[in-house]
Amino acid sequence: MMSHAAFIAAAYGVAALGLLGLTLALLLDNRAQKRALADLEARGVRRRSERRVP
Amino acid sequence: MALIDLANPTRFLAWSGRVLPWLAAVAVAVLACGLWLAFQAPADYQQGETVKIMYIHVPFAWLAMFGYSMMAASALGILVWRHPLADVAHKAAAPIGATFTFLCLVTGALWGRPMWGTYWVWDARLTSVLILLLLYLGLMALRAAVDDPGRAGRAAAVLTLVGAINLPIVKFSVDWWNTLHQPASVFRMDGPTIDPAMLWPLLTCAAGFTLLFLALHMLAMRTEILRRRVEVLEARAAAEAIA
Repeated sequence: MMSHAAFIAAAYGVAALGLLGLTLALLLDNRAQKRALADLEARGVRRRSERRVP
Repeated sequence: MALIDLANPTRFLAWSGRVLPWLAAVAVAVLACGLWLAFQAPADYQQGETVKIMYIHVPFAWLAMFGYSMMAASALGILVWRHPLADVAHKAAAPIGATFTFLCLVTGALWGRPMWGTYWVWDARLTSVLILLLLYLGLMALRAAVDDPGRAGRAAAVLTLVGAINLPIVKFSVDWWNTLHQPASVFRMDGPTIDPAMLWPLLTCAAGFTLLFLALHMLAMRTEILRRRVEVLEARAAAEAIA
């Protein structure tokens, strides 16, 4: 039988892990998309609105 | 600048880029303050120290419903105005809402075991929140299963609005049915029944978690806009390579 303190610690631990995991996943995804966009732009592929008029 | 002018992906990226670091910093500060207050708050006369779980479980429950309400509003934006930013907001909210709903269920189970003697019962409140989690997961799966993003967005919007019927069921389940879960004790017609010594830490935690939810949603929306730009540019690069 777990003590009450153990239930409190488990609840806060799961919450911290869940929120840190979510934040990390969102930050890594953001970094991956930024990198992919920079890579495409370095290859000269640009949005129509960003293309220079000759 | 009119509010509608911000509802443009390019303007949103510029605007949110300036706001997001501040929003994240304020969220962390308010949340830290709320958790500090929570651990200074007195123990409950019946529940003892396990009432500390309330300071995270209740905000998770509120934000599980807030996230779905936000998705329902975005679904209207998709179906009525066909606004691209509404689709971005809808898609970005799903994993965040699902995480908060999952944490609501887990922290509730860990609170239920010492108080009720069980982690889970199939009563109306717990079951309707589990259905909310399944709705979030179903919406994410639906978007992943349909290749055409426009069709996926419209299908997800329709399902979101159908699933919104679950929100009043979650909220009023404790009044409509005989459940093990306690009835509402903060948002009541006759005012909160919680002692102010516990109410203020709870409201501060709720404000901190809400700001965190909004910051994560803003980050996820920015990522989704970038992802769509990458997809467009990759398609253009492929088309130019063939030509």
